[in-house]
Amino acid sequence: MDGIVIIGAGECGTRAAFALREAGYSGSVTLVGAEPHLPYERPPLSKPMNGAVQMKLICATEALVAAGIGYLPGLSASKLDADAGTVTLSDGRVLSYEKLLLATGARPRRLACPGAERALDFRTHADAEAIFSNVAAGHRVAIIGGGLIGMELASVLRGKGVAVSVIEAAPKPLGRAVPQRFAEKLHARHVAEGVRFHLDRGVVAIGDEGVTLTDGSMVPADLVVSVIGVLPETALAEAAGLATGNGILTDTCLRTSAPNVFAAGDCAAVAQPGGGHIRYESWRNARTQAETAARNMAGAAEIFAAIPWFWSDQYDLGLQVAGLPQPGHQRVLRSAAGGELKFYLDDGRVVAAAGLGLGNSLAKEIKLAEMLIAAGVSPDPAALADPGVNLKTLLKNARAA
Amino acid sequence: MSWISACKLDDIEQEGAIRFDHGGRTYAIYRGPDDSVYCTAGLCTHEAIHLADGLVMDFEVECPKHSGAFDYRTGEALRLPACENLKTYPAEVVDGEVRVALG
Repeated sequence: MDGIVIIGAGECGTRAAFALREAGYSGSVTLVGAEPHLPYERPPLSKPMNGAVQMKLICATEALVAAGIGYLPGLSASKLDADAGTVTLSDGRVLSYEKLLLATGARPRRLACPGAERALDFRTHADAEAIFSNVAAGHRVAIIGGGLIGMELASVLRGKGVAVSVIEAAPKPLGRAVPQRFAEKLHARHVAEGVRFHLDRGVVAIGDEGVTLTDGSMVPADLVVSVIGVLPETALAEAAGLATGNGILTDTCLRTSAPNVFAAGDCAAVAQPGGGHIRYESWRNARTQAETAARNMAGAAEIFAAIPWFWSDQYDLGLQVAGLPQPGHQRVLRSAAGGELKFYLDDGRVVAAAGLGLGNSLAKEIKLAEMLIAAGVSPDPAALADPGVNLKTLLKNARAA
Repeated sequence: MSWISACKLDDIEQEGAIRFDHGGRTYAIYRGPDDSVYCTAGLCTHEAIHLADGLVMDFEVECPKHSGAFDYRTGEALRLPACENLKTYPAEVVDGEVRVALG
């Protein structure tokens, strides 16, 4: 039995390695990453500084050494033998483990049309370099996919004077994760910034001239980026016979169907107390699941219960969503300095909140909303809608009650 | 130590913070639940995010982006991903006026 092995050195795997030490685990910890660099943060990739793609490291070599974490870059796992408790790496070496964490993340979904290989992905540092080193003011970029990543990229490229077209198969952009009111506002802002939208159209082919759409039209482009979502990296788990679906299936404590094997982050579909499995793709989730998985690998039996939360910056606007808004929820709108907030109530209880405003101006309110959600507060909707009523007061009153 | 006038105490919400720019640098000034005032460097030590947009609860301020947290009285980093302490500066209230010493 040889300590804990973590496959995947993104935000989740790396956070888990350190969290094991914070949880008092003293055995060996081995972190295996497919990319050649030290572990780095992905959110800054879409925000080049002075034209250069940022490489913001999650930790320096010294921090890994100080924590006694063995880091193996440039390697992936090619085979998992859950019965033997071993994992084979791409260089042929076999590691045996006491506990294994699969933090394999997700990979970009690829187009299947002719010329699909011409479209660049946008996931890794290398992808970001390939995009930003090839664009300049006056260039034409076609972004296939009007989700959060596509729209963030569009805003950054407009800021550089690049002519941007967004191609989306659905009738509206940002349909998946963003409340409709805010999706429409962001869409309008992109239009005002000069982004051209080609909605409700599929991609037939990508060629020298650009992208041919299902209505026969052609979107001219010097560079094509495909951001049509990601697929959980489940191949290793699947081949080893672990239960998978839309991700590696885990119980509420992030344990997979194989003994001593855990999964967390973008690759994990986690059982919900109310039934079903949910897979999240966000920076915060990668970290919070990593922390729960680490404590459980170190001996705890904690249920993962964090409230999902993500942000997206587009132009000078910041979007934040906490919880999972559902169509059946009662909605309460509240205006705030710099933007507006929307609360979602289920049977009177606050269960989700979203905000769109200038920069980080709504961060405080969303944080308080998260605390209201976690505390299971049922505030008077009229008070919630009244910008004159401080959310902190609502929270303190509920805690005192 | 040279004190400069930054704002009025009433400009800051109780358990709140505001941004203060001076001499090409940016700071955050806090008003605690007991009306005491404090001043720290404005940007989170993890990434350059302004803490004046963060939630203040008791004597803690939380970074609006990544939830790192600091004790704004001492600058101590309390929660990851913040691990480097914030620089702090003396602050005081004189006749309803907040003064800070940034030297």
